[in-house]
Amino acid sequence: MQRVYLDHAATAPVSRAALEATTEQLRRGGNPSSLHSAGRSARSVVEEARERVAAAVGADPAEVIFTSGGTEADNLAIKGMFWSRNAEADRPRVIVSAVEHHAVADPAEWLARRQGARLERLPVDDAGRVDPADLARLLAGGADDVALVSVMWANNEVGTVQPVPELAAIAAAAGVPFHTDAVQSLGAVPLDFRGSGATTMALSGHKIGAPMGVGVLVATRTAPLEALIHGGGQEREVRSGTIDAPAIAGFGAAIREAAGDLAAESERIRLLRDRLVAGMAEAVPDAVLRGPADLGPASRLPGNAHFTFPGCEGDSLLFLLDMAGVQSSTGSACNAGVPRPSDVLLAMGVGEAEARGAQRFTLGHASTAADVERLLEVIPAAYAQARGAGMADHAPSARWA
Amino acid sequence: MKVLAAMSGGVDSAVAAARAVDAGHDVVGVHLALSRMPGTLRTGSRGCCTIEDSMDARRVCDALGIPFYVWDFSDRFKEDVVDDFIEEYANGRTPNPCMRCNEKIKFAALLEKAVALGFDAVCTGHYAKVVEDAEGNRELHRAADWAKDQSYVLGVLTHEQLRHSLFPLAETPTKAEVRAEAAERGLAISQKPDSHDICFIPDGDTRGWLEERIELEEGQIRDTEGEVLGTHRGARAFTVGQRKGLSIGRPAADGKPRFVLEIRPKTNEVVVGPRELLAVDEIRGTRESWAGEPVEQARAFYAADAAPGARSEPFEVMAQVRAHADPVPATAHLEHGEVDGAPALELVVQLRESLSGVAPGQTLVIYQGTRVLGQATIHRAYSLDRPDVHA
Repeated sequence: MQRVYLDHAATAPVSRAALEATTEQLRRGGNPSSLHSAGRSARSVVEEARERVAAAVGADPAEVIFTSGGTEADNLAIKGMFWSRNAEADRPRVIVSAVEHHAVADPAEWLARRQGARLERLPVDDAGRVDPADLARLLAGGADDVALVSVMWANNEVGTVQPVPELAAIAAAAGVPFHTDAVQSLGAVPLDFRGSGATTMALSGHKIGAPMGVGVLVATRTAPLEALIHGGGQEREVRSGTIDAPAIAGFGAAIREAAGDLAAESERIRLLRDRLVAGMAEAVPDAVLRGPADLGPASRLPGNAHFTFPGCEGDSLLFLLDMAGVQSSTGSACNAGVPRPSDVLLAMGVGEAEARGAQRFTLGHASTAADVERLLEVIPAAYAQARGAGMADHAPSARWA
Repeated sequence: MKVLAAMSGGVDSAVAAARAVDAGHDVVGVHLALSRMPGTLRTGSRGCCTIEDSMDARRVCDALGIPFYVWDFSDRFKEDVVDDFIEEYANGRTPNPCMRCNEKIKFAALLEKAVALGFDAVCTGHYAKVVEDAEGNRELHRAADWAKDQSYVLGVLTHEQLRHSLFPLAETPTKAEVRAEAAERGLAISQKPDSHDICFIPDGDTRGWLEERIELEEGQIRDTEGEVLGTHRGARAFTVGQRKGLSIGRPAADGKPRFVLEIRPKTNEVVVGPRELLAVDEIRGTRESWAGEPVEQARAFYAADAAPGARSEPFEVMAQVRAHADPVPATAHLEHGEVDGAPALELVVQLRESLSGVAPGQTLVIYQGTRVLGQATIHRAYSLDRPDVHA
């Protein structure tokens, strides 16, 4: 069967360059912290990757802290800044958007549950966008008690690009550090850390073709960060643990490729996605596009298409598409593979029943026009059948009574 | 056939799925997420619904080379099984949540979704047999191994549901053989312990669990003559046939232990008496269903006018009131009777050997030989000698 992969937001295929760089470093070996020649050689690979990451996102190499992935980078930013800021003064308030990935939302909730934080959420409009005026309002009455603000660069489910520079400027004016989760944006839209005014920014390798298990927290030199992991003092003493040179080598190779042809590639992907959205309107007129209606890269990630399909369960549709060889996602976070209505859609004002019919299609480097056409070919029958199966899991039916 | 294998993560459903694959069916494994708050790891006697169980099911599917999905039925499960369980107890009855799950979830919501998504059948690890006659009519029968037979809990299945059900363990002589087969197939769960208790009560303490969810009010314990013997913490927390938890100050005249004979939720009273009085020889059930074609006497009765008090011709059955109880010979008929003052169609069985501890809410399953005829929910059970004392 022809297999079509439309879930690049979950993970992207490892790029050839990343695979080679990683395997080469695995073969070569060496601990980057060792002082002898093997160590120096590994360190050189790591530092080269650090420079590439820095160059790709408008940061200095010294601002790049390698982690085990995007989730750790987000945790380091949220908890690490909360702890550091509260070591100086009592600052219980933590402000995050209502559409953050769990890697941000959950540590923030944990801080509220266990560490005395007071969590405040920035609402979003029906496209999933935060209004900077809301942040200004929250900070207007005094920001001395605010530990940090966190708003993602772009949303992982519906692709909404947030007004990060505006938000970061408002936070900066109030003297509050600002974190942004840019995991989905890396390799999709231009990222300029310095220009954004953010204090910290989380990145992940495997979304752009690096191996899984490597990420980055970009952090200004003065970012207030307490370590989550203590040990040998690697990575500016905020992220101890033997530096994963092979994975980092892969990250360096992948990001160089991604940065090199970002403009052309993101335009190519955007056109494919636009065709997908236009084609869906014909193939399944009932499908409702969620997220920004403006498909331009300033408002929506080029590879993101997200719909709700009325009257059906997203997991039924996912199953039928999977059986037809098309791999997609319901877009919501999974706990043991158990789909729940997406918090992001609910925050955007989508009803629970509608939210259950969500399906996300995300394109990336491996995507082709044929992939999109294949989806459009199989989706009408899959949708009709999924709708026939209805909401059986949640609403009683008299059929077998 | 396109077959959906419902996989709990246990050994029975794993071997059932494996056999369906061997039979040449196109099989997809599905684990039902039934708990709102799945625990990460197994605790206590809990036999399903944890992430660990879901992972066990996933690994079996990997070994069988079939796709695997988790389907979330937690909302339906809570409404149709858990809430129903609580409500039944609150009304002084003794429900069987596993049957309710079969009736409302596994062979209803799940089966319905499966058929709608293009599957021909749902396959489970139940020990029971589906037999098809020359005309294509399906019948439900006991499994080859009566000790493991689970036809009782499948008694709620209708003909339409049986048409879409596959029980590959029907002919397996023993559970040991199923385990051996799982080991031979290299399935990691071959020695996984059986689940026994109610899956949504992890520590097995049904009474404690219910007491947290049902409002209990102190009430009186009476004997069959109406004399007050003591007080209880709440009639709703008792089950007919129960002996433990009755704190009666005064010992019985004969010195014998006393048992709960009847629960009167309306007056919050518990009636107790000696074991002999637990014996019943007539049972009445409502909401009857037939596991296949109804017997001839029932068909004739359904076709006739529904005059109040009208009865069907009697037919001989074996009656069973619990999953692991012995069936007893009985004569059954249908009757246009009355329940709580409202007309109701009743399935009535007169037992030729009396049974003890029959509680309203339990399911009466009737058999002929190995065949399951059908079932009804018990609303009254009594001795014909003392119809005033009834469960």
